[in-house]
Amino acid sequence: MTYDAKLRVWRGDADGGELRDFTVEANDGEVVLDVIHRLQATQAGDLAVRWNCKAGKCGSCSAEINGRPRLMCLTRMSTFAEDDVITVTPMRTFPVIRDLVTDVSYNYEKAAQIPAFTPQPRDADGNHRMQQVDVERPQEFRKCIECFLCQDVCHVVRDHEDNKKVFAGPRFLMRLAELDMHPLDNLDRRKVSQENFGVGMCNITKCCSEVCPEGIHITDNAIIPLKERVVDRKYDPITWLGAKIGRRPHS
Amino acid sequence: MAELERHHYDVVVIGAGGAGLRAAIEAQASGARVAVVCKSLLGKAHTVMAEGGIAAAMANVYPEDNWQVHFRDTMRGGKMLNHWRMAQLHAQEAPDRVRELEDWGALFDRTPAGLISQRDFGGHRYARLAHVGDRTGLELIRTLQQRVVALGIDVFMECTVTRLMTGPDGITGAFGYWRESGRFISWQAPSVVLATGGIGKSYKVTSNSWEYTGDGHSLALQAGATLVNMEFVQFHPTGMVWPPSVRGILVTESVRGDGGVLKNSEGTRFMFDYIPEYFRKETADTIEEADRWYDDKRNNRRPPELLPRDEVARAINSEVKAGRGTEHGGVYLDIASRRSKEYILKRLPSMYHQFMELAEVDITAEPMEVGPTCHYVMGGVEVDPDTAAAKIPGLYAAGEVAGGMHGSNRLGGNSLSDLLVFGRRAGASAAAYAQAHPVTAAQLDDDAVAEAGKAALAPFEREGGENPYTIQHDLQQTMNDLVGIIRTEPEMREALDRIEELKKRVANLSVEGHRQYNPGWHLALDLPHMLKVSECIAKAALERQESRGGHTRDDFPGPTPEWGALNVICSEHDGSISLLRQPLPQMPEDLATLFEETPA
Ligand SMILES: Cc1cc2nc3c(=O)[nH]c(=O)nc-3n(C[C@H](O)[C@H](O)[C@H](O)COP(=O)(O)OP(=O)(O)OC[C@H]3O[C@@H](n4cnc5c(N)ncnc54)[C@H](O)[C@@H]3O)c2cc1C
Ligand code: SF4
Ligand code: SF4
Ligand code: FES
Repeated sequence: MTYDAKLRVWRGDADGGELRDFTVEANDGEVVLDVIHRLQATQAGDLAVRWNCKAGKCGSCSAEINGRPRLMCLTRMSTFAEDDVITVTPMRTFPVIRDLVTDVSYNYEKAAQIPAFTPQPRDADGNHRMQQVDVERPQEFRKCIECFLCQDVCHVVRDHEDNKKVFAGPRFLMRLAELDMHPLDNLDRRKVSQENFGVGMCNITKCCSEVCPEGIHITDNAIIPLKERVVDRKYDPITWLGAKIGRRPHS
Repeated sequence: MAELERHHYDVVVIGAGGAGLRAAIEAQASGARVAVVCKSLLGKAHTVMAEGGIAAAMANVYPEDNWQVHFRDTMRGGKMLNHWRMAQLHAQEAPDRVRELEDWGALFDRTPAGLISQRDFGGHRYARLAHVGDRTGLELIRTLQQRVVALGIDVFMECTVTRLMTGPDGITGAFGYWRESGRFISWQAPSVVLATGGIGKSYKVTSNSWEYTGDGHSLALQAGATLVNMEFVQFHPTGMVWPPSVRGILVTESVRGDGGVLKNSEGTRFMFDYIPEYFRKETADTIEEADRWYDDKRNNRRPPELLPRDEVARAINSEVKAGRGTEHGGVYLDIASRRSKEYILKRLPSMYHQFMELAEVDITAEPMEVGPTCHYVMGGVEVDPDTAAAKIPGLYAAGEVAGGMHGSNRLGGNSLSDLLVFGRRAGASAAAYAQAHPVTAAQLDDDAVAEAGKAALAPFEREGGENPYTIQHDLQQTMNDLVGIIRTEPEMREALDRIEELKKRVANLSVEGHRQYNPGWHLALDLPHMLKVSECIAKAALERQESRGGHTRDDFPGPTPEWGALNVICSEHDGSISLLRQPLPQMPEDLATLFEETPA
């Protein structure tokens, strides 16, 4: 079944832009990205948009659809009525490069600042041993496809450009939590979590968890435990070491 | 060129998938100054999409497993056309390459003893794939990405290389543009590693993304290197078929490894009717034996659903042609009736997600509809197995862009391991070469740089020409219809005629807008690569008059011993592709004995 979908797409660059109306054919089973691609192929050859996998695995096609941060490849056209106007705009928290493409370098900079994974040595036979139960908690965070939708929605940075210097955003607070829970990691990142990455600035609104296309419980499972570890046991190396070793029944 | 941004490095790695990142890590560890260049953002390369796992004979689940068994499986899966030395190095080194990922933070699923767990996949004798649920590629790329960032390696992202630069002594660097601004950039470097992935975007039904336009294959030809066995294109048996907009998106082989079976519209497990003589001895011939195998591999043979991919893809094709397909022209893949909901959700979470979101199908309750999709190219840059060196001094290739490792058909899981093994080797060799040939000796030729810039801007100069999207669409349709899973001589000749027409159309196309982040322009620059690679595939496929692995000729059914001893080599001279039949490298006696009990 085919119908004419009504799209309102933001077009412009760093100097400004506007919402433009388009009528584009839509077919059964399609997602917003399909319709954007058809728009590109038939009416606006230079429409800038990022994508790779078209299956929700790479986190490239992030945008705001009717104001809500979403992956375009996982937003089915059937979630809208045929006469709805679908508004597609770039992620608001990041500077626009062109059309739907934004400058996400903030995220890559934060990633580079996080003290790297620091493993304990291997066992004598050359293997690392970890139990499934111990890897499962950090594994949840490693499902992250770096779509940066959580970064986009978080109010700490969404309307407060200045906070970007001192706040890493949910994706990277989660990375800190992941390293903290990693059974093999040996580095204490509690001090930097507080002082350099701003874990204290998160006030647990859970908006990040709501938009995560991977369904990761960012706030409950990553940020809150990180906050607790930072606040409750401020820089006590003995409890820290105890907690680390206690979680890993060494078999 | 006034606006040219210039850089100097010892090693430039083109590609930030598993192969490119592993190469960069090794080159840096060997003391080289390294740059990585990639078309997408860091972390988005194709490798991120890999699902099932990394094949490595670690023997964590089956102590009987070892490199010899893996080597044998790989060679037999590739119908003995693999470069024996690549297959040997791959099988020997894969376990170490997987283990070292844990030193960099990877978290694989575990066995009860706390070791890396391994799962079953088609063509592998033992459960051998290290994995994380069904998102192994994400774990692999994120681990390598975080390592590259920790090492402080320079990454040029959203930057496309359009030309390799060469001088009388070999490679001198590369030329490209920033996608964001459209501005030109050059890297002067004595060593370049190609790690650009595959070619699947030339086909209409494909699991591959916009990046897979064969750039590395085409750049290698342009620089004077050679391609081997381009006729072998893997059609993965299980792509999604419905709805139309997701046609081709991959359904991981793990569904079958974890117990899923294929059925036609009559409800028959048809794979039992398609067991080839070559694999009869190791394949179950009753449903009962096949079902017992999941729990007892020692006393039972593998289910036919887990035959190598070429066999399964052809079987599905035949069932659909015989009128036993599903409503939307596929077959059923059923795991719902065979495994519990909990098991499916634990083992295949992203497949569950994918079908729920894209097709509104609950795979824990209903069967999936699946059919073949273009997935992987076995052919690629001809390299020296030990050093990954191409035929031009200073040029290296690793990962999907390199050829030889997988013969005529790749086994699942053998790509991710290939990336790590040969990525590392390419990085080390490129660094060693740069040490012997300092960057100052590799001068970029100013005229060639100017010429490359002019060529890149040509689409803007023309007005009123065709739009690149239409031409791409026509190429995809041509390759799908005429050089697809089953091939005939008249169809391939027709494809070559159409490719000639398409070349003329590409020479006259025009793009709208300006240079800043302009996908239409980007596609216009990718199209010549796609056409060149498609021409190689069609020509090589026409040349090989037999059927083997990922190359099936209706007019020449079955393999022949003569062709089993030959590779087809492509090279480019004055813009045209020529072919050469080259004898296969001879496997040494001690390895050959591993195959004695079976016909080659
Ligand atoms: C859906 C799917 C599932 C898969 N599952 C598995 C699996 O379970 N196990 C397995 O072993 N294999 C699997 N494969 C195959 C495997 O993922 C790929 O073969 C492999 O990831 C290719 O890696 P690579 O490093 O060679 O290239 P890629 O990861 O594709 O990286 C290519 C890089 O080159 C860059 N590039 C290309 N051209 C240029 C240019 N002109 N200039 C600059 N940069 C350029 C790209 O931007 C990208 O960074 C799967 C493939 C797909 C599509
Ligand atoms: S829970 Fe914290 S990190 Fe998440 S959106 Fe709210 S303030 Fe931001
Ligand atoms: S945590 Fe979720 S929303 Fe945030 S970047 Fe990762 S996948 Fe996207
Ligand atoms: S295109 Fe990969 S997540 Fe949408």
